[in-house]
Amino acid sequence: MKIEQNEIEKIAELARIRISDSEIGQVTSRITEILQMVDALQAVDTRDIEPMANPLDATQHLRPDKVTESNRRDAFQAIAPSVENGLYLVPKVIE
Amino acid sequence: MNNSSVAQLVKGLRERQYSSVEVTRSYLDRIAAMDVHYNSYISVDEAAAIAAAEAADKRLAAGDAPPLTGVPIAHKDIFCTDGMRTSCGSRMLDNFVPPYDATVIQRFKADGAVVLGKTNMDEFAMGSSNESSFYGPARNPWNTELVPGGSSGGSAAAVAGWLAPAATGTDTGGSIRQPAAFCGITGLKPTYGRVSRLGIVAFASSLDQAGPMAHSAEDCALLLNTMAGHDPRDSTSSNAATEDYSSRLGDDLDGLRIGLPREYFSDGLDAATRQCVDYALQELESQGAILVDVSLPHSALTVPTYYIIAPAEASTNLSRFDGVRYGYRCDDPVDLHDLYTRTRGEGFGEEVKRRILVGTYALSAGYYDAYYKKAQQVRRLIKQDFMNCFDSVDIIAGPTTPGPAFALGTKSNDPIAMYLEDVYTLAVNLAGLPGISVPAGFVEDKPVGLQLIGRHFHEAQLLNVAHRFQQATDWHLRSPDFATGEQH
Repeated sequence: MKIEQNEIEKIAELARIRISDSEIGQVTSRITEILQMVDALQAVDTRDIEPMANPLDATQHLRPDKVTESNRRDAFQAIAPSVENGLYLVPKVIE
Repeated sequence: MNNSSVAQLVKGLRERQYSSVEVTRSYLDRIAAMDVHYNSYISVDEAAAIAAAEAADKRLAAGDAPPLTGVPIAHKDIFCTDGMRTSCGSRMLDNFVPPYDATVIQRFKADGAVVLGKTNMDEFAMGSSNESSFYGPARNPWNTELVPGGSSGGSAAAVAGWLAPAATGTDTGGSIRQPAAFCGITGLKPTYGRVSRLGIVAFASSLDQAGPMAHSAEDCALLLNTMAGHDPRDSTSSNAATEDYSSRLGDDLDGLRIGLPREYFSDGLDAATRQCVDYALQELESQGAILVDVSLPHSALTVPTYYIIAPAEASTNLSRFDGVRYGYRCDDPVDLHDLYTRTRGEGFGEEVKRRILVGTYALSAGYYDAYYKKAQQVRRLIKQDFMNCFDSVDIIAGPTTPGPAFALGTKSNDPIAMYLEDVYTLAVNLAGLPGISVPAGFVEDKPVGLQLIGRHFHEAQLLNVAHRFQQATDWHLRSPDFATGEQH
Protein backbone atom coordinates (compact mmCIF):
# COMPACT_ATOMS: atom_id res chain seq x y z
CA MET A 1 0.00 0.00 0.00
CA LYS A 2 1.08 3.54 -0.68
CA ILE A 3 0.94 6.12 2.09
CA GLU A 4 0.63 9.75 1.01
CA GLN A 5 2.84 12.35 2.64
CA ASN A 6 -0.16 14.29 3.92
CA GLU A 7 -1.33 11.17 5.75
CA ILE A 8 2.00 10.99 7.61
CA GLU A 9 1.67 14.69 8.39
CA LYS A 10 -1.75 13.98 9.89
CA ILE A 11 -0.37 11.09 11.99
CA ALA A 12 2.56 13.22 13.18
CA GLU A 13 0.07 15.86 14.26
CA LEU A 14 -1.94 13.22 16.19
CA ALA A 15 1.30 12.03 17.84
CA ARG A 16 2.33 15.65 18.58
CA ILE A 17 5.70 15.27 16.87
CA ARG A 18 7.07 18.13 14.77
CA ILE A 19 8.71 16.84 11.61
CA SER A 20 10.58 19.34 9.49
CA ASP A 21 9.81 19.83 5.79
CA SER A 22 13.26 18.50 4.94
CA GLU A 23 12.62 15.22 6.83
CA ILE A 24 9.03 14.45 5.89
CA GLY A 25 9.78 12.80 2.54
CA GLN A 26 12.26 10.35 4.04
CA VAL A 27 9.99 9.62 7.03
CA THR A 28 7.09 8.89 4.67
CA SER A 29 9.07 6.44 2.56
CA ARG A 30 10.47 4.58 5.62
CA ILE A 31 7.04 4.24 7.19
CA THR A 32 5.62 3.08 3.87
CA GLU A 33 8.24 0.29 3.81
CA ILE A 34 7.30 -0.80 7.34
CA LEU A 35 3.57 -0.77 6.60
CA GLN A 36 4.19 -2.81 3.45
CA MET A 37 6.15 -5.33 5.53
CA VAL A 38 3.37 -5.70 8.11
CA ASP A 39 0.77 -6.12 5.35
CA ALA A 40 1.65 -9.84 5.35
CA LEU A 41 -0.81 -10.13 8.26
CA GLN A 42 -3.77 -9.30 6.04
CA ALA A 43 -3.51 -12.70 4.30
CA VAL A 44 -3.92 -14.66 7.55
CA ASP A 45 -7.31 -16.19 8.31
CA THR A 46 -8.12 -15.03 11.84
CA ARG A 47 -11.84 -15.72 11.92
CA ASP A 48 -12.97 -16.73 15.43
CA ILE A 49 -9.48 -16.06 16.89
CA GLU A 50 -9.75 -14.08 20.12
CA PRO A 51 -7.27 -11.11 20.13
CA MET A 52 -4.51 -11.66 22.72
CA ALA A 53 -3.61 -8.59 24.81
CA ASN A 54 -1.63 -10.41 27.51
CA PRO A 55 0.58 -13.42 26.71
CA LEU A 56 -0.63 -15.26 29.82
CA ASP A 57 -4.24 -14.16 29.24
CA ALA A 58 -3.98 -12.72 32.74
CA THR A 59 -6.48 -10.22 34.07
CA GLN A 60 -5.65 -7.25 36.26
CA HIS A 61 -5.04 -7.92 39.93
CA LEU A 62 -7.42 -6.03 42.17
CA ARG A 63 -6.48 -4.54 45.52
CA PRO A 64 -8.32 -2.71 48.26
CA ASP A 65 -8.87 0.97 47.43
CA LYS A 66 -6.51 2.25 50.12
CA VAL A 67 -3.81 4.91 50.01
CA THR A 68 -0.42 3.16 50.15
CA GLU A 69 1.92 5.91 48.90
CA SER A 70 2.89 9.11 50.62
CA ASN A 71 2.48 12.50 48.94
CA ARG A 72 5.81 13.41 47.31
CA ARG A 73 4.77 16.44 45.34
CA ASP A 74 7.92 18.40 46.18
CA ALA A 75 10.22 15.60 45.00
CA PHE A 76 8.31 15.27 41.73
CA GLN A 77 8.12 19.02 41.13
CA ALA A 78 11.85 19.38 41.76
CA ILE A 79 12.55 17.57 38.46
CA ALA A 80 9.97 19.46 36.37
CA PRO A 81 11.11 21.96 33.71
CA SER A 82 9.03 24.82 35.10
CA VAL A 83 6.96 25.10 38.30
CA GLU A 84 5.64 27.86 40.51
CA ASN A 85 3.82 27.65 43.85
CA GLY A 86 3.32 23.91 43.45
CA LEU A 87 1.92 24.23 39.93
CA TYR A 88 3.37 23.04 36.62
CA LEU A 89 3.81 25.95 34.21
CA VAL A 90 2.88 25.78 30.52
CA PRO A 91 2.44 28.53 27.91
CA LYS A 92 -0.78 30.50 28.28
CA VAL A 93 -3.77 28.40 27.10
CA ILE A 94 -6.67 30.83 27.69
CA GLU A 95 -6.51 34.51 26.68
CA MET B 1 38.86 -10.98 42.20
CA ASN B 2 39.15 -9.51 38.69
CA ASN B 3 37.49 -11.76 36.13
CA SER B 4 35.68 -13.60 38.94
CA SER B 5 32.16 -14.91 38.50
CA VAL B 6 29.36 -13.61 40.71
CA ALA B 7 29.35 -16.97 42.50
CA GLN B 8 33.08 -16.62 43.22
CA LEU B 9 32.67 -13.03 44.40
CA VAL B 10 29.86 -14.02 46.78
CA LYS B 11 32.16 -16.66 48.27
CA GLY B 12 35.30 -14.49 48.29
CA LEU B 13 33.49 -11.61 50.00
CA ARG B 14 32.00 -13.90 52.63
CA GLU B 15 35.37 -15.50 53.34
CA ARG B 16 36.89 -11.99 53.59
CA GLN B 17 39.45 -12.74 50.85
CA TYR B 18 38.78 -9.17 49.76
CA SER B 19 36.38 -6.39 50.67
CA SER B 20 33.51 -5.00 48.63
CA VAL B 21 35.36 -1.68 48.50
CA GLU B 22 38.35 -3.45 46.90
CA VAL B 23 36.17 -5.26 44.36
CA THR B 24 34.13 -2.17 43.54
CA ARG B 25 37.25 0.01 43.30
CA SER B 26 38.89 -2.43 40.88
CA TYR B 27 35.83 -2.35 38.60
CA LEU B 28 35.61 1.45 38.77
CA ASP B 29 39.29 1.68 37.85
CA ARG B 30 38.79 -0.67 34.93
CA ILE B 31 35.79 1.33 33.72
CA ALA B 32 37.84 4.53 33.91
CA ALA B 33 40.67 2.94 31.95
CA MET B 34 38.77 0.87 29.39
CA ASP B 35 35.33 2.30 28.75
CA VAL B 36 36.74 4.87 26.38
CA HIS B 37 36.94 1.87 23.98
CA TYR B 38 33.52 0.30 24.68
CA ASN B 39 31.26 3.23 25.66
CA SER B 40 29.30 0.67 27.66
CA TYR B 41 28.31 3.03 30.48
CA ILE B 42 26.22 6.20 30.35
CA SER B 43 26.61 7.11 34.05
CA VAL B 44 28.95 5.99 36.81
CA ASP B 45 28.68 7.48 40.30
CA GLU B 46 31.95 6.47 41.95
CA ALA B 47 31.23 8.06 45.32
CA ALA B 48 27.82 6.38 45.62
CA ALA B 49 29.26 3.02 44.56
CA ILE B 50 32.06 3.21 47.13
CA ALA B 51 29.62 4.32 49.86
CA ALA B 52 27.39 1.32 49.06
CA ALA B 53 30.45 -0.95 49.11
CA GLU B 54 31.48 0.40 52.53
CA ALA B 55 27.99 -0.29 53.87
CA ALA B 56 28.18 -3.80 52.39
CA ASP B 57 31.52 -4.43 54.13
CA LYS B 58 29.93 -3.45 57.46
CA ARG B 59 27.11 -5.92 56.90
CA LEU B 60 29.59 -8.65 55.98
CA ALA B 61 31.58 -7.91 59.14
CA ALA B 62 28.42 -7.99 61.24
CA GLY B 63 27.40 -11.33 59.79
CA ASP B 64 24.12 -9.79 58.66
CA ALA B 65 24.59 -10.16 54.93
CA PRO B 66 21.93 -11.08 52.36
CA PRO B 67 22.93 -13.12 49.27
CA LEU B 68 24.57 -10.54 46.97
CA THR B 69 26.13 -8.34 49.66
CA GLY B 70 29.02 -6.36 48.27
CA VAL B 71 28.75 -7.60 44.66
CA PRO B 72 28.87 -4.70 42.17
CA ILE B 73 26.26 -4.95 39.43
CA ALA B 74 25.64 -2.69 36.42
CA HIS B 75 22.10 -1.75 35.42
CA LYS B 76 20.72 -0.87 32.04
CA ASP B 77 19.91 2.85 32.02
CA ILE B 78 16.20 2.01 31.72
CA PHE B 79 15.82 1.14 35.44
CA CYS B 80 14.94 4.16 37.56
CA THR B 81 17.60 4.79 40.21
CA ASP B 82 16.80 7.15 43.07
CA GLY B 83 19.01 10.23 42.77
CA MET B 84 20.95 8.91 39.77
CA ARG B 85 20.22 9.94 36.18
CA THR B 86 18.12 7.48 34.18
CA SER B 87 18.35 8.53 30.52
CA CYS B 88 16.94 5.50 28.68
CA GLY B 89 19.53 6.38 26.02
CA SER B 90 17.50 9.44 25.00
CA ARG B 91 17.92 13.18 24.83
CA MET B 92 14.36 13.27 26.19
CA LEU B 93 15.58 11.95 29.56
CA ASP B 94 19.14 13.29 29.50
CA ASN B 95 18.34 15.44 32.57
CA PHE B 96 15.98 12.99 34.32
CA VAL B 97 16.96 12.07 37.90
CA PRO B 98 14.22 9.82 39.29
CA PRO B 99 13.05 10.35 42.86
CA TYR B 100 12.57 6.58 43.36
CA ASP B 101 14.11 3.18 42.63
CA ALA B 102 12.64 0.62 40.24
CA THR B 103 11.52 -2.50 42.11
CA VAL B 104 14.41 -4.42 40.51
CA ILE B 105 16.89 -1.87 41.90
CA GLN B 106 15.20 -1.95 45.32
CA ARG B 107 15.51 -5.73 45.37
CA PHE B 108 19.21 -5.65 44.45
CA LYS B 109 19.85 -3.04 47.14
CA ALA B 110 17.91 -5.08 49.70
CA ASP B 111 20.05 -8.11 48.81
CA GLY B 112 23.22 -6.09 49.36
CA ALA B 113 24.40 -5.51 45.78
CA VAL B 114 26.30 -2.34 44.85
CA VAL B 115 25.06 -0.21 41.93
CA LEU B 116 28.20 0.00 39.77
CA GLY B 117 26.73 2.24 37.06
CA LYS B 118 24.10 2.65 34.35
CA THR B 119 24.74 1.06 30.99
CA ASN B 120 24.33 2.27 27.43
CA MET B 121 21.34 1.18 25.36
CA ASP B 122 19.39 1.88 22.20
CA GLU B 123 17.11 4.88 22.72
CA PHE B 124 14.03 3.74 24.66
CA ALA B 125 15.24 0.16 24.03
CA MET B 126 14.31 0.46 20.36
CA GLY B 127 17.09 -1.11 18.33
CA SER B 128 19.27 -4.17 17.84
CA SER B 129 22.71 -2.58 17.61
CA ASN B 130 22.95 0.14 20.30
CA GLU B 131 23.45 2.66 17.49
CA SER B 132 20.27 4.60 18.31
CA SER B 133 21.65 5.71 21.71
CA PHE B 134 21.80 9.47 22.25
CA TYR B 135 25.20 8.85 23.87
CA GLY B 136 26.74 7.15 20.84
CA PRO B 137 26.96 3.40 20.25
CA ALA B 138 28.46 0.96 22.72
CA ARG B 139 31.03 -1.27 21.05
CA ASN B 140 31.65 -5.00 21.06
CA PRO B 141 34.67 -5.91 23.24
CA TRP B 142 35.50 -8.80 20.90
CA ASN B 143 36.08 -6.29 18.11
CA THR B 144 35.28 -2.64 18.61
CA GLU B 145 34.35 -2.25 14.92
CA LEU B 146 31.37 -4.51 15.62
CA VAL B 147 28.08 -3.64 17.30
CA PRO B 148 27.44 -5.24 20.70
CA GLY B 149 23.81 -5.85 19.74
CA GLY B 150 20.87 -4.16 21.36
CA SER B 151 19.03 -2.85 22.96
CA SER B 152 20.87 -3.97 26.16
CA GLY B 153 24.19 -3.57 24.30
CA GLY B 154 25.95 -1.59 27.02
CA SER B 155 25.17 -4.27 29.62
CA ALA B 156 26.44 -7.02 27.30
CA ALA B 157 29.61 -5.09 26.41
CA ALA B 158 30.30 -4.23 30.06
CA VAL B 159 30.03 -7.88 31.12
CA ALA B 160 31.98 -9.24 28.12
CA GLY B 161 34.73 -6.65 28.62
CA TRP B 162 34.90 -7.34 32.39
CA LEU B 163 33.73 -3.86 33.27
CA ALA B 164 31.05 -5.49 35.46
CA PRO B 165 30.76 -9.01 36.86
CA ALA B 166 27.08 -9.04 35.81
CA ALA B 167 24.37 -6.67 34.66
CA THR B 168 20.65 -6.30 34.23
CA GLY B 169 18.89 -5.87 30.91
CA THR B 170 15.41 -5.71 29.50
CA ASP B 171 14.03 -7.70 26.59
CA THR B 172 11.00 -6.64 24.55
CA GLY B 173 11.87 -8.53 21.35
CA GLY B 174 15.33 -9.96 21.98
CA SER B 175 17.12 -7.11 23.74
CA ILE B 176 18.79 -9.34 26.36
CA ARG B 177 19.38 -12.47 24.25
CA GLN B 178 20.67 -10.88 21.02
CA PRO B 179 23.40 -8.72 22.65
CA ALA B 180 24.30 -11.66 24.93
CA ALA B 181 24.84 -13.75 21.79
CA PHE B 182 26.84 -11.02 20.03
CA CYS B 183 29.11 -10.47 23.06
CA GLY B 184 29.59 -14.10 24.10
CA ILE B 185 27.77 -13.94 27.44
CA THR B 186 24.71 -15.60 28.99
CA GLY B 187 21.42 -13.66 29.06
CA LEU B 188 18.01 -14.74 30.32
CA LYS B 189 14.64 -13.23 29.47
CA PRO B 190 12.23 -14.54 32.11
CA THR B 191 8.54 -15.31 31.60
CA TYR B 192 6.37 -12.21 31.11
CA GLY B 193 5.41 -10.98 34.59
CA ARG B 194 8.13 -12.92 36.45
CA VAL B 195 10.14 -9.74 37.19
CA SER B 196 8.46 -6.46 38.17
CA ARG B 197 8.24 -3.74 35.52
CA LEU B 198 7.70 -0.97 38.08
CA GLY B 199 10.25 1.79 37.53
CA ILE B 200 11.41 0.43 34.17
CA VAL B 201 10.81 3.07 31.48
CA ALA B 202 7.99 1.44 29.52
CA PHE B 203 8.38 0.54 25.84
CA ALA B 204 5.77 -2.15 25.00
CA SER B 205 3.97 -3.10 28.18
CA SER B 206 2.66 -6.51 27.07
CA LEU B 207 6.17 -7.59 25.95
CA ASP B 208 8.71 -5.89 28.26
CA GLN B 209 10.55 -8.07 30.75
CA ALA B 210 13.77 -7.59 32.74
CA GLY B 211 16.40 -10.24 33.24
CA PRO B 212 20.02 -11.03 34.18
CA MET B 213 23.11 -10.90 31.92
CA ALA B 214 26.28 -12.57 33.17
CA HIS B 215 29.09 -14.92 32.19
CA SER B 216 27.28 -18.11 33.15
CA ALA B 217 23.91 -19.67 33.80
CA GLU B 218 25.01 -20.16 37.41
CA ASP B 219 25.45 -16.39 37.80
CA CYS B 220 22.17 -15.64 35.99
CA ALA B 221 20.42 -17.90 38.50
CA LEU B 222 21.90 -15.93 41.41
CA LEU B 223 20.67 -12.65 39.92
CA LEU B 224 17.24 -14.05 39.07
CA ASN B 225 16.84 -15.17 42.69
CA THR B 226 17.00 -11.49 43.61
CA MET B 227 14.98 -10.13 40.67
CA ALA B 228 12.03 -12.54 40.47
CA GLY B 229 8.86 -12.25 42.48
CA HIS B 230 5.45 -10.69 42.70
CA ASP B 231 5.24 -6.91 43.00
CA PRO B 232 1.92 -5.53 44.20
CA ARG B 233 2.84 -2.22 42.53
CA ASP B 234 2.99 -3.79 39.03
CA SER B 235 -0.49 -4.93 38.06
CA THR B 236 0.91 -7.30 35.39
CA SER B 237 3.40 -8.92 37.79
CA SER B 238 2.73 -12.63 38.27
CA ASN B 239 1.99 -14.08 41.69
CA ALA B 240 3.06 -17.56 40.61
CA ALA B 241 5.48 -18.99 43.16
CA THR B 242 9.20 -18.42 42.62
CA GLU B 243 11.82 -21.04 43.40
CA ASP B 244 15.53 -21.19 44.18
CA TYR B 245 16.82 -20.89 40.63
CA SER B 246 20.22 -22.24 41.68
CA SER B 247 18.89 -25.45 43.18
CA ARG B 248 18.38 -27.48 40.01
CA LEU B 249 21.42 -26.38 38.01
CA GLY B 250 23.11 -29.77 38.29
CA ASP B 251 20.13 -31.98 37.36
CA ASP B 252 21.01 -34.44 34.61
CA LEU B 253 19.54 -34.12 31.13
CA ASP B 254 18.69 -37.76 30.65
CA GLY B 255 15.55 -38.06 28.57
CA LEU B 256 15.07 -34.29 28.19
CA ARG B 257 13.17 -33.71 24.97
CA ILE B 258 14.50 -30.75 22.95
CA GLY B 259 12.42 -29.49 20.03
CA LEU B 260 14.23 -28.04 17.01
CA PRO B 261 11.83 -25.82 15.05
CA ARG B 262 12.63 -26.35 11.39
CA GLU B 263 11.72 -22.70 10.69
CA TYR B 264 14.71 -21.64 12.86
CA PHE B 265 17.17 -23.67 10.76
CA SER B 266 16.08 -22.48 7.32
CA ASP B 267 17.57 -20.34 4.55
CA GLY B 268 18.04 -17.14 6.56
CA LEU B 269 20.51 -18.78 8.97
CA ASP B 270 24.25 -18.23 8.38
CA ALA B 271 25.91 -21.62 7.65
CA ALA B 272 28.81 -21.20 10.10
CA THR B 273 26.43 -20.05 12.86
CA ARG B 274 24.29 -23.10 12.19
CA GLN B 275 27.35 -25.32 12.57
CA CYS B 276 28.04 -23.90 16.06
CA VAL B 277 24.42 -24.51 17.04
CA ASP B 278 24.53 -28.06 15.64
CA TYR B 279 27.65 -28.86 17.70
CA ALA B 280 26.00 -27.45 20.80
CA LEU B 281 22.95 -29.61 20.23
CA GLN B 282 25.19 -32.67 19.80
CA GLU B 283 26.72 -31.89 23.19
CA LEU B 284 23.27 -31.84 24.81
CA GLU B 285 22.41 -35.08 22.99
CA SER B 286 25.58 -36.70 24.34
CA GLN B 287 24.33 -35.87 27.85
CA GLY B 288 21.14 -37.83 27.25
CA ALA B 289 18.81 -35.25 25.69
CA ILE B 290 16.61 -36.33 22.81
CA LEU B 291 16.44 -34.03 19.77
CA VAL B 292 13.00 -33.83 18.17
CA ASP B 293 12.00 -32.12 14.92
CA VAL B 294 9.15 -29.65 15.54
CA SER B 295 7.45 -26.82 13.66
CA LEU B 296 6.38 -23.27 14.53
CA PRO B 297 4.31 -22.69 11.38
CA HIS B 298 3.52 -19.02 12.00
CA SER B 299 7.19 -18.02 12.39
CA ALA B 300 7.20 -15.94 9.21
CA LEU B 301 4.53 -13.71 10.78
CA THR B 302 6.41 -12.82 13.96
CA VAL B 303 8.25 -9.79 12.53
CA PRO B 304 5.06 -8.18 11.08
CA THR B 305 3.07 -8.99 14.24
CA TYR B 306 5.73 -7.56 16.51
CA TYR B 307 6.10 -4.40 14.41
CA ILE B 308 2.43 -3.61 14.92
CA ILE B 309 2.09 -4.51 18.59
CA ALA B 310 5.37 -3.03 19.89
CA PRO B 311 5.02 0.35 18.10
CA ALA B 312 1.33 0.59 19.04
CA GLU B 313 2.10 0.10 22.72
CA ALA B 314 5.14 2.39 22.45
CA SER B 315 3.11 5.20 20.92
CA THR B 316 0.77 5.01 23.91
CA ASN B 317 3.52 4.74 26.54
CA LEU B 318 5.67 7.49 25.08
CA SER B 319 2.78 9.95 24.98
CA ARG B 320 3.76 10.77 28.58
CA PHE B 321 6.80 12.74 27.40
CA ASP B 322 5.21 16.14 27.07
CA GLY B 323 7.84 18.59 28.32
CA VAL B 324 5.69 19.53 31.32
CA ARG B 325 6.41 17.18 34.21
CA TYR B 326 10.00 15.94 33.69
CA GLY B 327 12.60 15.44 31.00
CA TYR B 328 13.43 17.57 27.98
CA ARG B 329 11.52 20.76 27.17
CA CYS B 330 12.08 22.82 24.01
CA ASP B 331 13.25 26.43 24.31
CA ASP B 332 10.75 29.31 24.22
CA PRO B 333 7.51 27.54 23.25
CA VAL B 334 4.99 30.01 21.79
CA ASP B 335 1.93 27.98 22.86
CA LEU B 336 1.02 24.59 24.31
CA HIS B 337 0.86 22.90 20.90
CA ASP B 338 4.31 24.22 20.03
CA LEU B 339 5.59 23.01 23.41
CA TYR B 340 4.36 19.44 22.78
CA THR B 341 5.35 19.07 19.13
CA ARG B 342 8.77 20.69 19.37
CA THR B 343 9.67 18.99 22.67
CA ARG B 344 8.85 15.61 21.12
CA GLY B 345 10.32 16.43 17.70
CA GLU B 346 13.62 17.52 19.28
CA GLY B 347 13.72 15.14 22.25
CA PHE B 348 13.14 11.84 20.41
CA GLY B 349 15.58 10.31 17.93
CA GLU B 350 14.77 9.04 14.46
CA GLU B 351 13.93 5.39 15.24
CA VAL B 352 11.77 6.31 18.23
CA LYS B 353 9.78 8.83 16.18
CA ARG B 354 9.37 6.27 13.42
CA ARG B 355 7.92 3.71 15.82
CA ILE B 356 5.61 6.23 17.47
CA LEU B 357 4.27 7.18 14.04
CA VAL B 358 3.78 3.55 12.96
CA GLY B 359 2.02 2.85 16.25
CA THR B 360 -0.16 5.93 16.02
CA TYR B 361 -1.13 4.90 12.48
CA ALA B 362 -1.97 1.32 13.56
CA LEU B 363 -4.17 2.59 16.39
CA SER B 364 -5.86 5.42 14.50
CA ALA B 365 -9.56 5.48 13.61
CA GLY B 366 -10.33 3.25 10.65
CA TYR B 367 -7.12 1.21 10.93
CA TYR B 368 -7.38 -0.32 14.41
CA ASP B 369 -9.12 -3.54 13.32
CA ALA B 370 -6.92 -4.04 10.26
CA TYR B 371 -3.68 -3.59 12.18
CA TYR B 372 -3.73 -3.79 15.97
CA LYS B 373 -6.61 -6.23 16.39
CA LYS B 374 -5.32 -8.36 13.52
CA ALA B 375 -1.85 -8.47 15.07
CA GLN B 376 -3.31 -9.49 18.44
CA GLN B 377 -5.14 -12.35 16.74
CA VAL B 378 -2.00 -13.56 14.94
CA ARG B 379 -0.15 -13.20 18.23
CA ARG B 380 -2.45 -15.87 19.67
CA LEU B 381 -1.68 -18.18 16.73
CA ILE B 382 2.07 -17.68 17.35
CA LYS B 383 1.67 -18.54 21.03
CA GLN B 384 -0.46 -21.56 20.14
CA ASP B 385 2.38 -22.89 17.93
CA PHE B 386 4.65 -22.99 21.00
CA MET B 387 1.97 -24.57 23.19
CA ASN B 388 1.49 -27.29 20.58
CA CYS B 389 5.25 -27.99 20.58
CA PHE B 390 5.35 -28.17 24.37
CA ASP B 391 2.85 -31.05 24.21
CA SER B 392 5.69 -33.21 22.91
CA VAL B 393 8.96 -31.52 24.02
CA ASP B 394 10.32 -29.97 27.24
CA ILE B 395 12.30 -27.12 25.73
CA ILE B 396 12.90 -25.64 22.28
CA ALA B 397 16.39 -24.86 20.94
CA GLY B 398 17.86 -22.97 18.01
CA PRO B 399 20.11 -20.05 17.13
CA THR B 400 19.66 -16.76 18.99
CA THR B 401 20.43 -14.70 15.88
CA PRO B 402 20.71 -15.37 12.11
CA GLY B 403 24.45 -14.60 12.23
CA PRO B 404 27.19 -13.11 14.43
CA ALA B 405 27.68 -9.40 15.24
CA PHE B 406 27.82 -7.06 12.25
CA ALA B 407 29.93 -3.94 11.74
CA LEU B 408 28.77 -0.57 13.01
CA GLY B 409 26.95 1.41 10.35
CA THR B 410 26.00 -1.54 8.14
CA LYS B 411 22.30 -1.66 9.05
CA SER B 412 21.63 1.66 10.73
CA ASN B 413 20.11 3.15 7.57
CA ASP B 414 17.86 0.18 6.83
CA PRO B 415 15.22 -0.27 9.56
CA ILE B 416 13.76 -3.44 8.07
CA ALA B 417 17.18 -5.17 7.84
CA MET B 418 17.68 -4.21 11.51
CA TYR B 419 14.25 -5.61 12.46
CA LEU B 420 15.14 -8.96 10.87
CA GLU B 421 18.06 -9.32 13.31
CA ASP B 422 15.46 -10.35 15.89
CA VAL B 423 13.70 -12.93 13.73
CA TYR B 424 14.39 -15.81 16.19
CA THR B 425 13.81 -13.89 19.40
CA LEU B 426 10.59 -11.89 18.84
CA ALA B 427 8.19 -14.82 19.08
CA VAL B 428 9.33 -15.63 22.62
CA ASN B 429 8.13 -12.19 23.77
CA LEU B 430 4.89 -12.42 21.81
CA ALA B 431 4.20 -15.74 23.56
CA GLY B 432 5.44 -14.50 26.97
CA LEU B 433 7.88 -17.43 27.31
CA PRO B 434 11.28 -17.52 29.03
CA GLY B 435 14.35 -17.71 26.75
CA ILE B 436 18.09 -17.80 27.35
CA SER B 437 21.09 -17.24 25.08
CA VAL B 438 24.20 -19.28 25.85
CA PRO B 439 27.66 -18.88 24.25
CA ALA B 440 28.06 -21.72 21.72
CA GLY B 441 31.23 -21.01 19.73
CA PHE B 442 32.70 -18.51 17.35
CA VAL B 443 32.48 -17.59 13.69
CA GLU B 444 35.66 -15.77 12.60
CA ASP B 445 36.35 -14.74 16.24
CA LYS B 446 32.79 -13.47 16.68
CA PRO B 447 30.66 -15.13 19.39
CA VAL B 448 27.55 -17.17 18.52
CA GLY B 449 24.58 -17.82 20.82
CA LEU B 450 22.45 -20.92 21.34
CA GLN B 451 18.89 -20.01 22.30
CA LEU B 452 16.84 -22.21 24.63
CA ILE B 453 13.11 -21.53 25.08
CA GLY B 454 11.07 -22.99 27.93
CA ARG B 455 7.50 -23.32 29.10
CA HIS B 456 6.03 -20.41 31.05
CA PHE B 457 7.74 -20.10 34.46
CA HIS B 458 10.26 -22.87 33.69
CA GLU B 459 13.30 -20.61 34.12
CA ALA B 460 14.96 -23.14 36.44
CA GLN B 461 14.86 -25.76 33.70
CA LEU B 462 16.44 -23.42 31.13
CA LEU B 463 19.17 -22.51 33.61
CA ASN B 464 19.72 -26.22 34.34
CA VAL B 465 20.21 -27.08 30.65
CA ALA B 466 22.42 -24.02 30.10
CA HIS B 467 24.52 -24.88 33.17
CA ARG B 468 25.00 -28.50 32.13
CA PHE B 469 26.10 -27.28 28.71
CA GLN B 470 28.56 -24.88 30.36
CA GLN B 471 29.94 -27.67 32.56
CA ALA B 472 30.96 -29.48 29.37
CA THR B 473 32.10 -26.52 27.24
CA ASP B 474 34.29 -23.47 27.81
CA TRP B 475 32.80 -20.97 25.34
CA HIS B 476 31.40 -18.91 28.22
CA LEU B 477 34.85 -18.73 29.85
CA ARG B 478 36.53 -17.15 26.83
CA SER B 479 37.32 -13.44 27.08
CA PRO B 480 38.42 -10.98 24.46
CA ASP B 481 42.20 -10.36 24.70
CA PHE B 482 41.54 -6.69 25.31
CA ALA B 483 39.67 -7.42 28.53
CA THR B 484 42.22 -9.77 30.03
CA GLY B 485 44.88 -7.18 29.36
CA GLU B 486 47.05 -9.58 27.36
CA GLN B 487 47.51 -7.02 24.62
CA HIS B 488 48.75 -4.40 27.07
